[in-house]
Parts: sequence; structure tokens; C-alpha cells
Amino acid sequence: MTDQFNVVGQSERRVDGYALVTGKPVYAGDLDLPGMLHVAVLGSPHPHARIVDIDTSEAEELDGVAIVLTHQNTPATRYTTAGQGFPEPSPYDTRMFDTKVRFVGDRVAAVAAETIDIAREALSLIKVSYEPLHPVLSIDEALADRAPIIHDEDDASGIWDAEHNIAGAVEANVGDVDGALQTAYASVEFTGETQYAQHAPIEPHVSVAYLDDNGRLVLYTSTQVPFHVRRIMAQVLGIPVRQIRVIKPRIGGGFGVKQEVLIEDLVGLVTLRTGRPSRLELTRAEEFYASRTRHPMRVTVRLGAGADGMLQAIDMQALENTGAYGAHNLTVVSNTGSKTLPLYNKAPNVRFSGRGIYTNLPVGGAYRGYGATQGYFPLEVAMDMLAEQLGMDAVELRRKNHIRVGETSPIFEELGEGRKGVPQTLGSSSLDQCINIGAERIGWADKRGKRHREGPWVHGVGMSIHMQGSGIPAIDMAAATIKLNDDGSINLLIGATDLGTGSDTVLGQIAAEVLGVGLSEVIVLSSDTDVTPFDTGAYASSTTYVSGNAVRRAAEAVKNQIFDVASAMLKTDPESLHLEDGRAIADDGRSVTLSEVALRSLYGADQFQIGATASFVGDVSPPPFLASFAEVRIDVETGKLEIVNYVAAADCGTAINPRLAEGQVEGAIANGIGYALMEEMRFDKYGRMRNPDFGRYKIPASTDMPPLEVILVDSYEETGPMGAKSIAEIGINAPIPTLANAIYDAIGVRLTHPPFTSEKIWRALQNS
Amino acid sequence: MRFTVNDQVFDIDVDPGASLLDLLRRLGFYGVKNGCDNGDCGACAVLVDARSVTSCDYPARAAEGKRIVTVEGLAPSGSLHPLQAAFLDTGAVQCGFCTPGMLISAVELLEHNPDPSESEVREALRGNLCRCTGYTKPVEAIQLAAARMREVDHD
Repeated sequence: MTDQFNVVGQSERRVDGYALVTGKPVYAGDLDLPGMLHVAVLGSPHPHARIVDIDTSEAEELDGVAIVLTHQNTPATRYTTAGQGFPEPSPYDTRMFDTKVRFVGDRVAAVAAETIDIAREALSLIKVSYEPLHPVLSIDEALADRAPIIHDEDDASGIWDAEHNIAGAVEANVGDVDGALQTAYASVEFTGETQYAQHAPIEPHVSVAYLDDNGRLVLYTSTQVPFHVRRIMAQVLGIPVRQIRVIKPRIGGGFGVKQEVLIEDLVGLVTLRTGRPSRLELTRAEEFYASRTRHPMRVTVRLGAGADGMLQAIDMQALENTGAYGAHNLTVVSNTGSKTLPLYNKAPNVRFSGRGIYTNLPVGGAYRGYGATQGYFPLEVAMDMLAEQLGMDAVELRRKNHIRVGETSPIFEELGEGRKGVPQTLGSSSLDQCINIGAERIGWADKRGKRHREGPWVHGVGMSIHMQGSGIPAIDMAAATIKLNDDGSINLLIGATDLGTGSDTVLGQIAAEVLGVGLSEVIVLSSDTDVTPFDTGAYASSTTYVSGNAVRRAAEAVKNQIFDVASAMLKTDPESLHLEDGRAIADDGRSVTLSEVALRSLYGADQFQIGATASFVGDVSPPPFLASFAEVRIDVETGKLEIVNYVAAADCGTAINPRLAEGQVEGAIANGIGYALMEEMRFDKYGRMRNPDFGRYKIPASTDMPPLEVILVDSYEETGPMGAKSIAEIGINAPIPTLANAIYDAIGVRLTHPPFTSEKIWRALQNS
Repeated sequence: MRFTVNDQVFDIDVDPGASLLDLLRRLGFYGVKNGCDNGDCGACAVLVDARSVTSCDYPARAAEGKRIVTVEGLAPSGSLHPLQAAFLDTGAVQCGFCTPGMLISAVELLEHNPDPSESEVREALRGNLCRCTGYTKPVEAIQLAAARMREVDHD
């Protein structure tokens, strides 16, 4: 399909690449302004306490301190830090500074000073008197009778059941699950419990604020959601949206943790109060425990099937630990069901229940995969168990049951993000080919169930399949503006937010394709709320599909304007024209360059600016698909696990830029392998994180990665720009179930609690 | 204290507690990144007398008399070092925050080993944490650059 395109389908260099590889100061933290104040935050030492008194007088007297902020002198508005569309589906349970602290590291005060060292010294001079409360450090403690109430404030809103520490709840039910499970020929049940983990972008959160010449507040910030930042800042600080300009420069990775308004309010208020520029950058430790995490979950899946392997019922029950605040809790736990259950659409009876539970631990947030990661683990392990019980090959069982083009699932409509979803029929999928290719490359037929041994090592292979979405249908909107310049170059202005994914490049390629020019003719500018049109931001795997469709539409509108001008110049019908190589070319071969068209429109006759703005909201959210296969070997004497080979075959429709698309899968699989084998935030009995640095919280290094083969298997999504769907999130869902199934194939043990460390494997071997 | 950064000589007073990272950023070498302030992530890697170090835990004072190279010094303005070009050609750059440190490690590697195996490249990048790429394409980029540089040397 992609051979019909010129720019789309090419692995173009990134449009921002030169600046990135030459070390240009392009990140928010590189902005060094004269007179800039440095902000440091005092975090709570208690997991759960009331603030009885704060005395900041000594801190304020310290030489070089400009301002100290606490609950005593800041707005009391309740809001959510979740950077979501308005009105947000997350509870308003957060204050800039509260009179109660709910996890170790929760905000107590902030100091702005001439240097960061002075600011930190001032923090140590703030005297806080706490009334400690009983901490709630697990889901079970939170749900116990007479558990302490974490959100007992009377001005919060949108909490499902504060009295029982339930932040959010969602249900969906199709058919009669209990009845079908009872009568099923085969049934299995598996509970998987995923752990606290952190995104660990190499750039921590950083924001710089200053007042422009007209007194407006300007923020350079490492965010995925500049327009949501602007709206939420206005809400929290009580100033009009028009007083705020948010610019996202290059950012050093997001993965969801920057879909949150975590520090912008502080630099904003410091700068408004002092009139001076200010800067706040989280330390690595703060990034770990005081920003956002993946919501840990306990998810139980029950499956029932006939003797032929056709699924009769799927039941999924999810309990989610949202930590001290409810940011994203409802939507993440909704996605645990909504992004997994439609994959097996053959089951006529499907039930889902999800609950977000408050605890006095760090706060969950958006994290690549967004709940689907937590759901796919038990679902795909249960599928393996079912295959074993039926005596059927695990790949074959999935082939029988997975969704195909032209089919639908009732779950699409029954379960959206914290509310009903939208009905959709699958328009594109190459999942079958992905499965075939993956099985072949890993050597499935030769290796599965064989337990090949070499010395103490025993081999196993495992697999899992996945879908995600492409944006939040009927909610998330993106817009793009395109205009033509004198020399035939094109400005592309997009609210969309490039986190490092390369979306500026991908969106530029879409515009270039429609307008018949090379990517070098497109000048891409993104993520400046004063300059670029609205976009909800980079989350929910939306940018290529949602923002890409907006770009395609804007480019089509500009193309028509070019045709109008060119047809007058060539004295021909607009219908006889097409764009190619920077020219408008008529059927008879005569042509004018885009520069000539632009010059005429700007200086010649009937002048106007050739340009257009277009918007897009998806009616559907076309899922990308992925088949994941791994071969592992386990040393049965020590429990050491090595991944011998990992293969991921993915369907993202048309890959607009194949290398960038592959890179998304490679990075997501790497992050997922870290989550499956290494990464876990550990806490002591006081709720303090015990490993808040890269020395103790290990993320995969180059030497930790196994051989990884990523294969893109094209399909063509008619509703997508040039046939494209999303790709960024899906890969992270795969390693936990794939490796759990491979471990079982090798040693016959079902592990329930990632990370699957050597110690856990060794213990399981001792007990088996 | 006197030292050179990218062949530019500096003769300045240095705060005794400052790290080389602080100093370099204060002098405007913003390509040197701070990812952890603890020597763990490698985003702040620079060459000190041709040896790569994490500048966040390297005392600024220890740089006296030394030749320092940062990512800004790899190629003259407007051009690219073969490693930088290969990073772009292979899609090895995503967010770019770890890229300067990776490039520094790669320069040091190719200086001693013009034809590194994949495992040698991985070993050289061990101290450079990257959360975006999974390392597949950076490793490919370094081997591609090495091949291109060998070709040029042969010509």
C-alpha cells in the first residue's frame, strides 16, 4: 500500500534531529534567564498526617530567599493534576498545598531563592508540626473495616466513595458470565498482581516561568499536554487562560508521567508573586516518589470455553492502587478492561469491574499502556492455562478467538474511559500475519513444550497478543494550521506534542505527502499555546491518528486553495491539477511551482494567504495489534533467567516513518522487559520509598537487553492518515505475559507477582 | 583555574564544591545533561583528556589543566560528526536527552576500537541509560558510523 506514497513510508531524519545530536539548548531546563529564582519543594516525612502548624519565619529571613509558599498563602482550589480533557474524569481531590499530607513526599512547602542551594537550606529551616495519622499502605488495608479515611476533606468532588477509600469505580456486563462459566467445558482462573513502577524519563520534570513584556505568564515546561497545563494553571491560580502561554520545547521523555500538572503551578505562582523568572526541576528521587507511577493492580481473570476452544465467557475484576490521589484512576482501570477484552470478541459473555483504591503511597498516573499493561498480564496467562487445559496449542487458541476485520465487540460500546465507549467495527488488522511471523521467527513449533536442557539451563518459549487504541474517540480533538510561504515552503503549526517520539517529523511527512513536497519544505512548529492550534496532547496513542488526521485535512484544504490559484494561472480546471515535486501540474503537462502560486496569492491578483486550519476528533479508535514471542532459559540451580531471543511483530497500519515506528516498539518492549524482570518501587513500613535512584531502581541498560527483533506488518486503516494507526504504547503490555508464559513453559511454574527476579524464580522452583 | 573545553581556553575561578557538570552548564555547554546527579545515568558524560567521565560526580577543580570535550565539540558548527549523522540516519535519537552522553561514549569507543562488535558497543554504552530506544538503534548507529569512518580512512 505504501508504495503509492512519496514521503510517507520513508524513514526520514527527524526534523529536530540536528539540534538534538549537536547538544543545542532545546530543553526547558536549558533556559537560563537573568535573575531567575530556583524553587525547591519540602515533602512530607509522614505517609499520613495533619499539618498542625507551619512556621516559615526563619526560612523567610534567610539571605537570598524570595518567597516561601505553604497552604497558608496559596489558593485552596481543589483540582486534579491529571492532564485530561475538560471536564476531567479524575476526582478533584488535590490542593496546591493541603492541610493534610497523604504520602511520603507529599507537598508541604516550597521555597524560591537566588540559588538552589539556598532554597534547599531554607527548606530545612521550615518548622512543621504534624499530627501523624494511621497510614494505609495497601489495597487490603484501605478496604478493611474502619480503615482510616484518606480523603476526609469536605470540599473534594468526583470521588466515588471517599468513606471507603474508593476513588473510582467502573462496571460493564454483557450476557450471563456466571452462568456461562458454570456450564463451560473448560474454565480457568488467574490473579496477577503488578507492582509500583516509575516511568524514569532521563529528563526529570522541569519548568521555567517568566513574565513577558505585557505581564503575561510564560511557561517553558516538560509536558505532554500544554493546552491542559494552560487550562489547569488558570483554574488553580485563579487567573484567566489568556494570561498564560505554555510552550513545550524538546522534552526528555514522557511515557505518561508528564501528562500531569505537577510543578507548573509552583513556578507560575512564584513568578506571579515575585515578578521574577523561576525554575523548578525535580531531583531524581523526587521524580521517583513524588511525581507519578504506574498504578499497581490486582487483577483476576476467569475464562470459560467450549471443547472446541471457543471462549464462552471472560470475567475480569481489577483492584487498582491509585495511591494518595485519584489522578487517572478511573480511566486507567477502565482501560484495563476496554483495551484488552475486545481482543477476544468471540466470547458472548463478558464482565468487567474496576475499582481505584486510595492508599498512603505515591500517586498513580498515566503510564504507557495505561491500564492495559496490568490487564494483559492475567488475561494472556489465563489464555495459556486454558490452552493447556484444553490440550490445545496456545497460539491456536488465540487464533480461534481473536477479533478480525469486519467484526466488533460489545465492549467497545460498553466500556470507554470512565464512561461508555463508542461502537466500532474493526477496519484493519494484520494480527494473523503478526502471529505467524512471530511464531516462525521464534521457532514455536520446534520449541514449545520441549524444555530443551543444556547443563543447568532449561529453555522455554512463551507468547502473548495485544491490541491498544488510537486516541480517545469522541473526546480527544486535534487541530493543525498550514500556510504557504513565498518560496513554496510550508509552515505546519500543530498543538500536538512531540515527546521524543518523532511526531513533529511524522506529522510533517503527512503534510508533505498531501502537498507533493519533500519533508525539507515543511517547517514544523508545535506545542505553543499562543501560536499553534489546540490539541489535547500526546497521550492515549493519539498523535499519529488524531493529530495526523487534522494535518491531513488542513493539507487537503490548502491543496484546494493552491489548485484555485494555479488553475487561474494556467487557465485550466482545478480538477485537472495534481501536486508533485513542489509544482501544481495540469493534465497537459504545464505546471507552476508552489513558489509561483504563493507569490501570486501574496502579491499578484486576488491576494490572500493560502492557508487553512482543520480539526479532527475520532469516531473510532482503531487498534494497533502486536504478537509477542520470547525464548528464555532458566538456570534451575540459581533461578537466573536469560532471554535468549525476543520477537515482536506489530501492526500500526501504514508506518509513516518506519524507523521511528520500530523505535517505538523497541523502546516499549525494553521498558516492558524492565517492568517484567527488574523494576519495582519498594517501600518500608513507614511508606518511604527504599530505592529512589538508578543505582537501586534498575532500568534496563544496553547490556541488559536481549536480542530483540521488531517486525512491522502493514495493514491499511481507511480512517487513518494514509492508512496509519498508533504504535507507541502497545509494546509495553507484552513482556510480562510473554515472559510469564515462557517461564511456565520452561519450569512449569506460574509466577503471579512481577518483577520475575532470579530470587522469585528460585523460590518457586524450591516450592514446586 | 585553567582548562580547555572543545579547544576553547578558559581561565576562571571555580566554586570549590562545584561539579564539572555545573561548571560546564554555567559556561553555556548545555548539551551536557543532568539526569540523576549521581553518576548513574551517563547523560552528563564528557571526555576529560580523551577519557569519558560522568561530569556530575567529577569535581570541577579536578579539571584543571585538562582538555574537555562535550557534545558541542564533536563537529564544527553546521556539520555533523559521523556518529551524529548515523544516529539520525538510523532513528537512534528519540527524546535526545541521553544522546550527548551516548555520543561521548561512542567517540571514546571508536577511538580505541574502530570496528567494534555489537557486544563491545553494548558494553561501551552500559553507563548511558536510555528509556526511549531500547538501545537497538543506538547500537546500530555506532556500528554504522564505525563502518563509514573506516571507509573514509581507507580512501
